[in-house]
Amino acid sequence: MIQTFLPLVTILFAALLLVAITLWKRNSPARLRDIPALTRLYRMLGLSVEDGTRLHISLGRGSLLDARGGSALAGLATLRIIAERTSVSDMPAVASSGDPLLGLLTQDTLQAGYQAAGVDELYIPTTGRITGLTPFGFAAGAMHIPQNEKVATTIMLGHFGPEAALLADASDRESLTIIGASDNLSGQAVLFANTQDALIGEELFAAGAYLGAGASHVASLTVQDILRWLVILAMLGGAAIKLLGTI
Amino acid sequence: MQVITAFIAIASGVLVLGGYFFPALAGVQTLLLNWAIILAGVAAIVGILNLTSVHMDKIRRGEKGSAYSALLVIGLAATFFFGMILRPQHNVMQMVLNGIIVPVEAALMGLLTVSLLYAAIRLLRRRTDMMGVIFLLTAALLFLGSATLPFGDIPLIGTLIRPWVSQILALGGARGILIGVALGALTTGLRVLFAVDRPYGGT
Repeated sequence: MIQTFLPLVTILFAALLLVAITLWKRNSPARLRDIPALTRLYRMLGLSVEDGTRLHISLGRGSLLDARGGSALAGLATLRIIAERTSVSDMPAVASSGDPLLGLLTQDTLQAGYQAAGVDELYIPTTGRITGLTPFGFAAGAMHIPQNEKVATTIMLGHFGPEAALLADASDRESLTIIGASDNLSGQAVLFANTQDALIGEELFAAGAYLGAGASHVASLTVQDILRWLVILAMLGGAAIKLLGTI
Repeated sequence: MQVITAFIAIASGVLVLGGYFFPALAGVQTLLLNWAIILAGVAAIVGILNLTSVHMDKIRRGEKGSAYSALLVIGLAATFFFGMILRPQHNVMQMVLNGIIVPVEAALMGLLTVSLLYAAIRLLRRRTDMMGVIFLLTAALLFLGSATLPFGDIPLIGTLIRPWVSQILALGGARGILIGVALGALTTGLRVLFAVDRPYGGT
């Protein structure tokens, strides 16, 4: 009974916290710790518009029908902000993905960003691309973009496995700035070795808050911190109870 | 329109989530997930059309690398055409799969090994901090500890350090990272459920 309803209680508790903290954060400025990769990303957004260079945002191959959907949704939220900020650039941002459903949402999100910026007519449908449907097919298709399309920065946010190294290597050969984050452990290790500033673990989900997506994104980080402390306390408590039980 | 799409998305999300906790909603959950799977199949066709249109566009504009785009479109059209006529189980189609697609993916896997080695060599030039040094040293220790050598395991590294690093330090760290990712996914999912983030369009 507890095992069934504990997740439900956790979700309801998190939802309640998210609503309450979002309302609270609306009236107070966000104070966020420095994450070099996200500071660099924020700077690159402005630079790409000024320099007339392109951003390539790769959202990986996270399916929305399984557990990898969280990272895909986080990537889409970031893409929405990037699309809105860079929509007036001479070289609009290009987004790639390796999953059909994610590909459709990528195009929709890009268009929504252009609509929000009031330049709907500048949206080009082919800027949202599905580059392949297998891990290596996706990477091989995405490798072409930094090499051939005047890209200044490659941003990888989503579900990537070891194949991320191929895309990072292709970007590195063009001397591009690479910012990478994955929800997959192998992907994270590969991106750590291949990028200037890798995002580790839940930092993938913080991009929206650092790019100014709104109070709900900042509140999400606070909720994550609260839940993390609860998990730590539960683990320590469980260990203590087990230890006491054996004495 | 945006209100309707948001309403449909929220209702679908709540019903699918509820299906995990309340058996009465399990039928609706299965139905909605089946619809999602069908839509994913249709999305694959749309994805292939998108891929084709991007590469056709490149060919038309004569962009750099358009020869590869032409090769891709021809390959796609030929595979689709012969696949429809012969069916995927036909020997010729199996030969295409086993003789072209599988080796190409395997070649990319081989390329990945070289690429990772190159990245490891360049790591200290890119990242001259303590974490970079620890990352490289750990990788080197694990390689040495798990290498198949003619004289067996390297004393201490293979028998003590590697198991300790991989089964205690690395496993603990991996679990910590995965808990963080799960919490991030939970709050991201909640934002979508509350229609604060709407990846299905709208501002």
